[in-house]
Amino acid sequence: MIIYAITAIAIMVSIALALGRAILGPTSYDRILAANAIGTKTVLLIGVLGFVSGRPDFLDLALVYSLMNFIGTLAVLKYFKFGTLRGRLSDSGKGQ
Amino acid sequence: MIDLILDTTTWALLIAGGLLLLITGLGLLRLPDLYTRIHAGGMADTLATFLIFVGLALQSDDIFVTIKLLMVIVFVFFTSPTASYALAHGSYVAGLKPQLDGFGPPDAHADDEKKDAP
Amino acid sequence: MLRAVSLFLVLMAVWLLLSGHYTPLLIGFGIASCLLSALIAWRMAVVDHEGHPVHLGPKIIVYWGWLLVEIFKANLDVAKCVIFPAKYLRPVMFTTKVSQKSDLGKVIYANSITLTPGTVTVDLDNDTVMVHALTEASADGIKNGEMDRRVTAVMGET
Repeated sequence: MIIYAITAIAIMVSIALALGRAILGPTSYDRILAANAIGTKTVLLIGVLGFVSGRPDFLDLALVYSLMNFIGTLAVLKYFKFGTLRGRLSDSGKGQ
Repeated sequence: MIDLILDTTTWALLIAGGLLLLITGLGLLRLPDLYTRIHAGGMADTLATFLIFVGLALQSDDIFVTIKLLMVIVFVFFTSPTASYALAHGSYVAGLKPQLDGFGPPDAHADDEKKDAP
Repeated sequence: MLRAVSLFLVLMAVWLLLSGHYTPLLIGFGIASCLLSALIAWRMAVVDHEGHPVHLGPKIIVYWGWLLVEIFKANLDVAKCVIFPAKYLRPVMFTTKVSQKSDLGKVIYANSITLTPGTVTVDLDNDTVMVHALTEASADGIKNGEMDRRVTAVMGET
């Protein structure tokens, strides 16, 4: 159906706008936000593309991507906060 | 007949979701500071995901596909607020202050930075 | 122990729903991996009232339905803000009280605040939560305490 293509185009335009924020973003947190938003929209795009090509098996990828996006955002934020990915949050997180 | 209703609903849901996504992208670009942009990003995480995936679920003729679509919605709804909170908290701890004044008419907005609940 | 059994049942249900192939071999693999996961989680002592909150029961489903309606309304507000920033955009930051006792209740409340667009939890302390809101109206939606009441009711605390 044509509506899938329209939705896919809308998602891609939205990704392009988020990419603009990632390039402009004055702080690095803006860039993380843009990366997170792009990840969420990619999940949507994978789902819609699965229906465009008539192969809904793509949804497994969407499931995994949504979880990876979450873990990736948290990992980058933790790295920004502590400068390392080692160690527990509860040990070094207090008093900062 | 039932197909026509399902198709129309899918069209409406997907177009609404696409519009919401475009508004989200616009918001990411034009809102003034990080904290307000987080709100715009949260819009795509919640309602746009819900609308688009429910619209797709109406079109699937396989029960497993429907379940997977609903499961993606649940995952996104569980993880996205946590990521948003981590981002907001991280930038707040890092000393990034939200821009709170300079919006609209000057008399309507004379709040302190922290206002206690009544 | 009962929670570990219930965790195994939930994992098994997810496996059966996601796999879609029902041969004895694959179901055997499913049982083995779910059993192993439940066993490891039980040995790690993460299967408690936080890690596997089955005790919330059907009340949380009703709460999610209410939350979905709130999300729908809040999205329209944020969309208005994005399209007409000069007219609607009035960010405020405020702290408000959290009335839940348990950590799980606080997390559910804070995440519900973040999940409704227009309000983002910035800091969660012992009994206060700092919220950044996009408009005065969305800030009032938190301050009137209806969501707080509902989460407390879901948690079974008074």
